[in-house]
Amino acid sequence: MSKTDVLIKELVTKYGKNRNSLMPVLQGVVQSEKCLSEETLISIARELELSAAEVYGTASFYTFLDTVPRGKNIIRICKTITCHMKGKDEIILALENMLRIKVGETTHDKKFTLLTANCLGWCHKGPVMLVNNEVFPEINVQKSIEIIEKFSKETA
Amino acid sequence: MSKYLVNLKINNIPVSVEEGTTILDAAKQLNFKIPTLCNHPDLSIAGNCRVCVVEVKGQRLLAASCATPVSEGMEISTNSEKVRSSRKHVIELLLSEHNADCTKCYKNGNCELQELSNEYRVGDHLFLDLVRAKDKIVDISSPSIAKDDSKCIRCQRCVRTCDELQAVGALAVVHKGDHQKISTFLNKPLNEVVCTNCGQCINRCPTAALTERNYIEEVWNAINNPEIHVVVQTAPAVRVGLGEDLGLEPGHRVTGKMVAALKHLGFDSVLDTDFTADLTIMEEGTELLTRLKKALVDGEKVALPMMTSCSPGWIKFQEHIYPNLLENLSTCKSPQQMFGALAKTYYAQKKGLNPKNMISVSIMPCTAKKFECDRPEMRSSGFQDVDYVLTTRELARMIKQAGIDFEKLHDENYDSILGESTGAAVIFGATGGVMEAALRTAYEIVTGREVPFTNLNILPARGMQGVKEASVRINNVLPQWSFLEGVELNVAIAHGLANAKVLMDAVSAGTANYHFIEVMACPGGCIGGGGQPIPTSPEIRKKRADAIYSEDEHMTLRKSHENPEVQQIYKDFLHEPLGHKSHDLLHTHYKARKRY
Repeated sequence: MSKTDVLIKELVTKYGKNRNSLMPVLQGVVQSEKCLSEETLISIARELELSAAEVYGTASFYTFLDTVPRGKNIIRICKTITCHMKGKDEIILALENMLRIKVGETTHDKKFTLLTANCLGWCHKGPVMLVNNEVFPEINVQKSIEIIEKFSKETA
Repeated sequence: MSKYLVNLKINNIPVSVEEGTTILDAAKQLNFKIPTLCNHPDLSIAGNCRVCVVEVKGQRLLAASCATPVSEGMEISTNSEKVRSSRKHVIELLLSEHNADCTKCYKNGNCELQELSNEYRVGDHLFLDLVRAKDKIVDISSPSIAKDDSKCIRCQRCVRTCDELQAVGALAVVHKGDHQKISTFLNKPLNEVVCTNCGQCINRCPTAALTERNYIEEVWNAINNPEIHVVVQTAPAVRVGLGEDLGLEPGHRVTGKMVAALKHLGFDSVLDTDFTADLTIMEEGTELLTRLKKALVDGEKVALPMMTSCSPGWIKFQEHIYPNLLENLSTCKSPQQMFGALAKTYYAQKKGLNPKNMISVSIMPCTAKKFECDRPEMRSSGFQDVDYVLTTRELARMIKQAGIDFEKLHDENYDSILGESTGAAVIFGATGGVMEAALRTAYEIVTGREVPFTNLNILPARGMQGVKEASVRINNVLPQWSFLEGVELNVAIAHGLANAKVLMDAVSAGTANYHFIEVMACPGGCIGGGGQPIPTSPEIRKKRADAIYSEDEHMTLRKSHENPEVQQIYKDFLHEPLGHKSHDLLHTHYKARKRY
């Protein structure tokens, strides 16, 4: 049994074998594996006795439940109105140039994935950036580059 | 338990209905028609399409009548100006995301959205056309079902059908917002996922998002080629469904007219799948008795309960979901495939034809048969045994294209050979029919007497209950069957794969004590098949089933083993059930498939 299968079994034991457990199980797997692979989705469906299509349907609904492989660090720039007015486009452009990828892509060394996100709830302190689970409010081009450089150094 | 009555007014007319009734159903009782799209009599309530909105006095917002239960004193208007204009907006919004190429569309003339657009006179395009080019790529990976997302209005009838009626779950709602669509696991093509090809989704799709793959032109080409001898076989359920697509009410038996129409269309020989249904009973009945003998006398480990194998949707379901029970399936091919194998061997020999110059067409109430004829195992004649499968709907279309006035046709008889059949074969078309036919023959083989049911009608096997059970005690057997003396034969019948799943879970858990199980993939059996005329509902299927049983009652021969052509083929060609020839031509094997 693979490491992921063991994790899924643990999560199912913890949350129970019912439809309601699907979300926490998906979240639990994403937390440790970053992404839900085809095999993972099938295993979850088997454990919870759901159809694989239904599990995929649920996973695909949520932006934070990735079904494609991502980098070690996931950068999300808020793209909604307030952050847009406060200059999120500039930041995105700067990070795209710095990382040499476009939004939605992952760097060659798999260190970073650059994404946009819908409102992160920090409109009063926009523009805002989320790296993994850490929020960085009131950023600008300079700050955002420094933050990502820091992450880059910390990531082996 | 007493039911509470709720008093309300609909369009100012007072009505009392049972507590829990929806506004939609209450209005129906007063003969007020409220349009629906996501609602379907076979499915749970979704309430997502919003065309059934009505005005409830005192409420600011309109209510979805399919999803709102009545309450005391309600005053409802089903057709106020506000309701009409809202409905029109809803339809316009749906159309803005619908590829409305109606004149070219396969469902032109039988589309619920088109009908509503017409009713509400949707004219000017108020909303932007949001159909994306990439959604216009139709998934034709499956030989049975075509899926066109650009026609989809996301009513989710198909998702509920696949889930609730069939327990398959091949389809789900994926992504969100304007990217939301009905799709499969990881958006894989239909032929790669758990889809059983049953086509029940097609029967309930209000538009042309899900349709059968049609092979009408291919069949016309074959008919028009003078070098080719085209044989056609017709399944039992087609004769009680076809009329619906040609202007008749549900429940009409049109066997003779259908044969006449097929001859008009130009098929060289019009034959009957019922013949091989009778043959199936001989093979499958013998197989069951052989398995029982092995289990009871020889003490061998054989897979019991034995399960029927006529329904290709059911076969694929087992291959995907219960690969552990594949041994339990009868090795008999379905009547369609038995026919195909015999058409290009036995029939070709008798008629002096080169099977190379034959095309074998079958008319089926079924979309899964299109997949079945394409299976690599189904080439035991040395050629593809059945070349093209047309649904009942496709045949109706060909009859219309040929300008045949169907209702005025005079009845004609099937050609020979492979055209003779019994009442036992025709009931294959309804749930319980294979079981009833098998019992009529097996009981008589074992005891030398007719089954102990009035007029051969084994009523416990009939009806629309999801799972049916029956027991037949076998007494005073013929000497060679002494091991069956006093045995109580337990059988079970399921129709609709969700019901089959209940039985399979019991069999897997070892809690079921059956010898023989009949499963048909579709609700009601083949009469409710995925290739039958649209719409479908419990009432329509009941009428078709009644017609099947009346067809049986009108037959002179009603037991498969009495079919003279069946007796002849064993004498001339096959020699004995489960014999060497049978093994080569009439039996098959199955393979485990992935579970997504």
